[in-house]
Amino acid sequence: MAAGVARAQKHAPWILLSPSLVTIGFLLIIPMMFIVVYSFWLRTATGADQVGFYLDNWQEVLSDRFYRDILLQTLKIAFFTTIICAVVGYIPAYFVANTKMRSKTFLLIMLMLPFWISYIIRTMSWINILGTSGAINGLLLWVGIIDSPLNMLYNQTTVILGLVHYLLPFMILNVYVSLEGIDKNLTEAAESLGCNGFQAFREVTLPLSFPGLAAGSLLCFVLASGTYITPLILGGPRDAMFANLVFEAIITQLNWPLGSALSLVLLVLLGALVVIYTRYLGVDQIAKSFR
Amino acid sequence: MTNGWSLIRIATILVYLFLFAPVAVVILLAFNANQFGSFPIEGFSLRWFDSLLHNDAIVRAFKTSLLLGILTSAISTTIGTMAAVAMVRYDFPGKKAISSLLIAPILIPEVVLAVALLLFLQFLALPKSFGLLLMGHVVFTLPFVLLVVQARLVSIRRDVEEAAMSLGATPIQTFFEITLPLMLPAVMAGMLFSFTISFDDITGTLFWKPGGVETVPTQIFAMLRNSISPEINALGAVMVIFTVAMPLVATAIARRVSAARIKASKAK
Repeated sequence: MAAGVARAQKHAPWILLSPSLVTIGFLLIIPMMFIVVYSFWLRTATGADQVGFYLDNWQEVLSDRFYRDILLQTLKIAFFTTIICAVVGYIPAYFVANTKMRSKTFLLIMLMLPFWISYIIRTMSWINILGTSGAINGLLLWVGIIDSPLNMLYNQTTVILGLVHYLLPFMILNVYVSLEGIDKNLTEAAESLGCNGFQAFREVTLPLSFPGLAAGSLLCFVLASGTYITPLILGGPRDAMFANLVFEAIITQLNWPLGSALSLVLLVLLGALVVIYTRYLGVDQIAKSFR
Repeated sequence: MTNGWSLIRIATILVYLFLFAPVAVVILLAFNANQFGSFPIEGFSLRWFDSLLHNDAIVRAFKTSLLLGILTSAISTTIGTMAAVAMVRYDFPGKKAISSLLIAPILIPEVVLAVALLLFLQFLALPKSFGLLLMGHVVFTLPFVLLVVQARLVSIRRDVEEAAMSLGATPIQTFFEITLPLMLPAVMAGMLFSFTISFDDITGTLFWKPGGVETVPTQIFAMLRNSISPEINALGAVMVIFTVAMPLVATAIARRVSAARIKASKAK
């Protein structure tokens, strides 16, 4: 009996894990290996896939200026989005972590709220604000500052704006979590040793909140680089991002080998970032914001 | 210093405004009587909500999203909770690697995930279907369920379980009589979270959905192609109210249930 229980205990975690492992294995790991294989196949003029080992897709993806330019543009948009999120997001995170107001719980719930509001609604909501018949143009026309509506939408700036609006809560939450974990005695000690408020912040609080800032930045950058909906809704025809190319290749042109190669480029690039990050900071920091 | 603090407070208010004002405008315009559904506001009207109800495509999309969300959340909460119990309650070789593996769908760009799954199933000669959508949604909601349930599970003390076992309960009895009731809030949080993620998803869904099938987000996306209409704002308002009210209602119910249970156990 005791041996039976011990054996059950030994097998228990594997029995519990098996449905998840099977799911991830069959629906993620095998499909991932599959796109690697697919990226070496060839789409022939007849529309059939030529099985074999061809480097044509890779040659096209890696040498064509068109792909390189859009990749650079994507990284640029993701970079600016991340920086803006970090600067703009730090302030409310700091406020919520340090406020002694009773409204703290309310402010925290409000921070979680955007996660519950649909991404596409939040993205398209900017059309109501910036569009030709939107709030700002309506106001300016009514006041009489302008005679005809301004074209503020459908450019790279609005793409970045939409992304910041979407990703800011991720940043605020991650920074908040790390700020909340800082022992308040440390800043008080720094101040009693002669630091002024700003020095104490710069020397103590800021470095200690760095893990949260880094986790938030990683999330913002990875999510921003992988998006194709925001540029479709808020961008102009020239503001395509890399994921748009993937969508275009797979869904519109049905060129699966090319689409595979393109998505692998994105995966390797962002994967490298994640690996570098986890080497130095660990995945745990991201998991922390779920508590 | 106080000066700096009030600056921080003002900046915080501005950031909150930035986050919520556009959504508030969507809801405001949804009730606007103006026939173009844009500014200026010309009075209060429910006509756009009425036209939503009479729009077959939208009603169908809503049903699809609802069914997809419920199935996704049922499946991924069940298997995710099982995995979370294994991760928190047991030690076994390769735990760290398995943990990273199960969280991987969060770190892989959703587009890549979408392409991989789509091409794999098409290679197996399985056409795009509702089943593919469901599988995809399960894969990328699973890690969120795992993280949420795991985080709550850590805080549940083990000694209650050990007490039950020492009193002769089998591990399975202990799980259903002790652990599961204690975990219920965590499981519900996981269910809600996975439902919302599934209900809101568009990135993967656009890759996986069969022709002619629309979910609410893809329907909105398709309607945006034509230009923004007041109907979209109304649909947006419904979605916001739906997804925001749900966790609040669920928390209230959970609170009431646990209060009732405490009362019942005291009455015994």
